[in-house]
Amino acid sequence: MASNKQMYDKGKVVAGLVIFVILITFPFWYNLGKAAPAPELKLTEKAKAEKTCVMSKEEMKAGHMQLLDIWRERVVRNADRTYVNESGKEYSMSLSNTCLDCHSNKAEFCDKCHNYVSVAPYCWDCHIDNPKEAKK
Amino acid sequence: MENSRRRFLKIAGISALGVAGAKPVLDVFASGDSHGEAAKAQPEIRKGEKALTAKQWAMVIDTRKFKSGADLEPIIEACHKIHNVPDFMDKENPEFKEDNRRHVIKWIWEEEYNHAFPTGGEPFLNERIKHLPFLVLCNHCEDPPCVRACPTKATFKREDGIVVMDFHRCIGCRFCMAACPYGSRSFNFRDPRPFIKAEERNPEFPTRMKGVVEKCNFCAERLAVGQMPACVEASNGAIAFGDLYDPESEVRKLLASNFTIRRKDGLGTGPTVYYIV
Ligand code: SF4
Ligand code: SF4
Ligand code: SF4
Repeated sequence: MASNKQMYDKGKVVAGLVIFVILITFPFWYNLGKAAPAPELKLTEKAKAEKTCVMSKEEMKAGHMQLLDIWRERVVRNADRTYVNESGKEYSMSLSNTCLDCHSNKAEFCDKCHNYVSVAPYCWDCHIDNPKEAKK
Repeated sequence: MENSRRRFLKIAGISALGVAGAKPVLDVFASGDSHGEAAKAQPEIRKGEKALTAKQWAMVIDTRKFKSGADLEPIIEACHKIHNVPDFMDKENPEFKEDNRRHVIKWIWEEEYNHAFPTGGEPFLNERIKHLPFLVLCNHCEDPPCVRACPTKATFKREDGIVVMDFHRCIGCRFCMAACPYGSRSFNFRDPRPFIKAEERNPEFPTRMKGVVEKCNFCAERLAVGQMPACVEASNGAIAFGDLYDPESEVRKLLASNFTIRRKDGLGTGPTVYYIV
């Protein structure tokens, strides 16, 4: 019964398999060693002068979306608008008026990372970006 | 053989559970620790010091102080400008079409008596009332049907009685518009931004996007910083605003000393916008 295990057209099948594997992994080969560099953010003068954000830089990097979510919930639904951070500093919980006041350079700040990680938050469909220079 | 394989699987399973289960447990211990020695204060969220509060905000509009539509215009404009309400009927806009009438968004507008108070039904109306323009807006009803209709709680009644829209949450189903007996709500059939003049945009207040419903918010964002609603400020004293359940408030004083009417009050929605006629 050994003949049952015989493979027909062995050469073609193996060659086909090899080509298939190469094709399917092509994107990996193609991008090998060309990892997109981590985005470099530009801070506005105002943001630089401020030195620290509402939370530490690391916490903001990792969790600004959660913070904004809490803010939104509390402002809209509870009418609480003041946030006191860990060091006792008070902020108005407003994306339009607090966050975007310092970070008025959407293209060089927000967009940089959002594009890098391929997320498209629709905050700016309503919240007007770049308050000071109201572009466009 | 069977036995030892079973044993192996059991042990493997338990260790896997142990590895997976230990992390949250350890985390809890870790965070418990840091709570103990927390040197920094926990962040806190609260109301602003200047915030105005009430049990139920209400408005009294003294229609005797208005003569014609021209008196209402600055009031409407004040509200619409500050809240980035688009003007679809602006003839200068390149996208202007007569047909845009169907898309008009309004928070506060002008209405004739018969339309504002259709249940009145007086056939021989007093001449003054007949030609008097009435200001109408969301009534911030005490028992608001729009809130009951909203499937997502995007429309809800706040503690201070204001019926608020959470634009983030609105799915644009427009149940609320069908439920509101006053036509107080408008739907964004299209992107409103091209119809808000760039130089007139108020960057401190968001615009809306296509697919959400909007209406007057009793200037919740102004009350939060101790200011009266924009229309009240622009009315030269024709509109009063205050707490309906504070006997000392301005609105209660006006209600006590004047005869007032409300829109369709027979429906039981409990409108909190009162009109002195
Ligand atoms: S007037 Fe209409 S939108 Fe306003 S609270 Fe009453 S039912 Fe809701
Ligand atoms: S349109 Fe928005 S606010 Fe109105 S009922 Fe639907 S989800 Fe609620
Ligand atoms: S209370 Fe505020 S939002 Fe409502 S109509 Fe007046 S100005 Fe506009």
